[in-house]
Amino acid sequence: MNALLAAAGIDPWIAVCSLVTVVITVGMGFWTAGKSKSAGDFFVAGRSVSVGWNASAISGEYLSAASFMGVAGMVMATGYDALWYPVCYACGYLFLLLFIAGPLRRFGAYTIPDFAEGRYDSPMFRKIAVCFVLFIGFFYTMPQMKGAGTTLAYIFPGLPYWAGVVVVGAVITLNVSLGGMKGITLVQAFQYWLKVFAITLPIFVLAAVVGQYQQHLAVNQTAQETTVTAVPGIERKALPAKAPKDEAWIAPFGKLTTKAVDASIAAASTPEEKTALEANKKPYSLLYTYSLIIALVCGTAGLPHILVRFYTNPDGVAAKRTTMWVMILIGVFYVFPPVYGVIGRSLTPELYDAVGAKGTDKVVLELPTLLAGRDHPLLGSVLSGITCAGAFAAFMSTFSGLLVSMSSALAHDIYGRMLRPASSPEQRLKAFKWSALIVGVVAVGLGSQVEALEINFMVGQAFAIAAASYFPLLFMSVWWRGMTMRGAATGMLMGGLSALASITLTSISDVAVAKAKKLTEAAELAAYWADHPVAKGIADFWVAHPLARILCEQPAIWAVPLSILLMIFVSKATAASVPADIRMKMLVLHAPEALGLKQEYIKEHEGLGGH
Amino acid sequence: MSSPTPAHDDVVHSEPFLRSLMRRQLSLSIACAATFLVALLGMPLLNYFAPAFMATRVAGFTLSWLILGILFFPFVWIISYVFIKRSIALEEAEAKAAQDGLTK
Repeated sequence: MNALLAAAGIDPWIAVCSLVTVVITVGMGFWTAGKSKSAGDFFVAGRSVSVGWNASAISGEYLSAASFMGVAGMVMATGYDALWYPVCYACGYLFLLLFIAGPLRRFGAYTIPDFAEGRYDSPMFRKIAVCFVLFIGFFYTMPQMKGAGTTLAYIFPGLPYWAGVVVVGAVITLNVSLGGMKGITLVQAFQYWLKVFAITLPIFVLAAVVGQYQQHLAVNQTAQETTVTAVPGIERKALPAKAPKDEAWIAPFGKLTTKAVDASIAAASTPEEKTALEANKKPYSLLYTYSLIIALVCGTAGLPHILVRFYTNPDGVAAKRTTMWVMILIGVFYVFPPVYGVIGRSLTPELYDAVGAKGTDKVVLELPTLLAGRDHPLLGSVLSGITCAGAFAAFMSTFSGLLVSMSSALAHDIYGRMLRPASSPEQRLKAFKWSALIVGVVAVGLGSQVEALEINFMVGQAFAIAAASYFPLLFMSVWWRGMTMRGAATGMLMGGLSALASITLTSISDVAVAKAKKLTEAAELAAYWADHPVAKGIADFWVAHPLARILCEQPAIWAVPLSILLMIFVSKATAASVPADIRMKMLVLHAPEALGLKQEYIKEHEGLGGH
Repeated sequence: MSSPTPAHDDVVHSEPFLRSLMRRQLSLSIACAATFLVALLGMPLLNYFAPAFMATRVAGFTLSWLILGILFFPFVWIISYVFIKRSIALEEAEAKAAQDGLTK
């Protein structure tokens, strides 16, 4: 068996660890299937998940393939600026806690569309909100699927990319349709601890053998240092030409934020133009950094699969305690991926030469195998197996969460509220299972098409769109009583769509430029650009206007305020349509649950023949 | 009055109660958010205007890296701990005030 696997280029330990993760996931799904019975169990786990379980499950759901593999790869590729990703993923949670979690939980809706309808008394708005849940959800599933496909192709060389997408999609779809929210709560909680274990243990062992985090950082020379600090015991491999230089890598405002200006400088014809652009480089980088921070912080607060989890707590105090634990659990995790990036820069610089999944993105999987070359062959294989298991857990748990929130949207909102309002709980339960299957199939279909796109890029897209649509909607709806349905819908749609449009503009030209770079013959290149006049036009425009490029690549800095301003203006213009019982709604959103206003409110509403 | 809200003339359903409720909650949230935003949005400014200082080596890390890569997480924990403590206390006080108002 071992010889067979080895002949196929597969490390038996890696294969076994990955298989065990999948088997445990499916096993837990079957085990919990018997326990999930009611519709409440499926949609919000019976609202009875304890703080510890729920916090582990939210964290498990939150730490996606981008967190597990993408952050480490990005730190290695671009250095300091990539640290904003883990920090803002954690800070976004704080924002959610401060402004949105408590009121939403008190309002007591199953899903965001429930909230949208309840707050504005508008079934129309529910439909818009449902579409957006599905839309952002699919955007966020694509990178998870990409992670699944590339990891499987890494573990089993020769396996096509789509095979991984299909396998992981099938496993998770099965799990979700078996156990719903209650089922995946257990699975995700388990997967959180697996991920923490998989990211910490190998790095502790590695650090003991090859040197500590700070030692590997110390050998990178800053712009202020005149000599390279020699640290005894740290052997650094020579960096390839493609790798960023030490002083740019370790300092803020590096490659990630200066890319657009660098391209313009390279294309500038006169020295005067070059100096003018050089002077702009740092201010533009600062702008880029702020826009990235806004996108990540507000985007976290707007991801639908994260919000739905607040409804699985028994009460508001438990919801707050849960958030506290989530902050701690994800904070602890996020300290570690950058360590892989830093050590990877010293010891596996050859990854800089490859792109995407074969490049820095796989540093987390690649680094433990170094131990094999340092007289610990078994240890290297075992640890590499563990990190692969962690990667598996990463994209499986995030995909499960997305699948539940999207299936809920389909089954609860579209089927239960729009198509068949009179359906029985059993019928809705059946609808949930069918929805899970439909969403699963669509997600696999979409996932198999995105091999060429970068994981982190796709995640960034989903965050920017969520930041400019859901975040303003929730924030303003909760704290401003003057919001009207029209204001909310206009702001959400315009914010979200303009962010989407500007990001699409950058990606169209980027994909075209990446292809063009591979062509070496001048004639081929000219023919290629002649075939893609629009992409060429956009790419040329970026070079001429680096500021426009930055604002389109990171739209949050203008799209979030745009969305909020639109909400304010349109709501003022349509002030007559503010829901008449707005004071009662606000009271339910903000009064302590101990007063029991929610029940009172719902009774009054039903008594009036509302819903 | 076409309002579908039935008239409640007790303390809980009064306009002043709602206003004070929202004001107290929002000021707590904003106070916590401000502390955190000063740090979060201040970091790029420090990096921008004091690059040499932020590049000071602290146990191998640059100061900037140490703050963002490690120290930021405990800082966020402290803010959320303080917020949760105060917001639970605030809710208890509000519930008590409302109940006292009802029994009067």
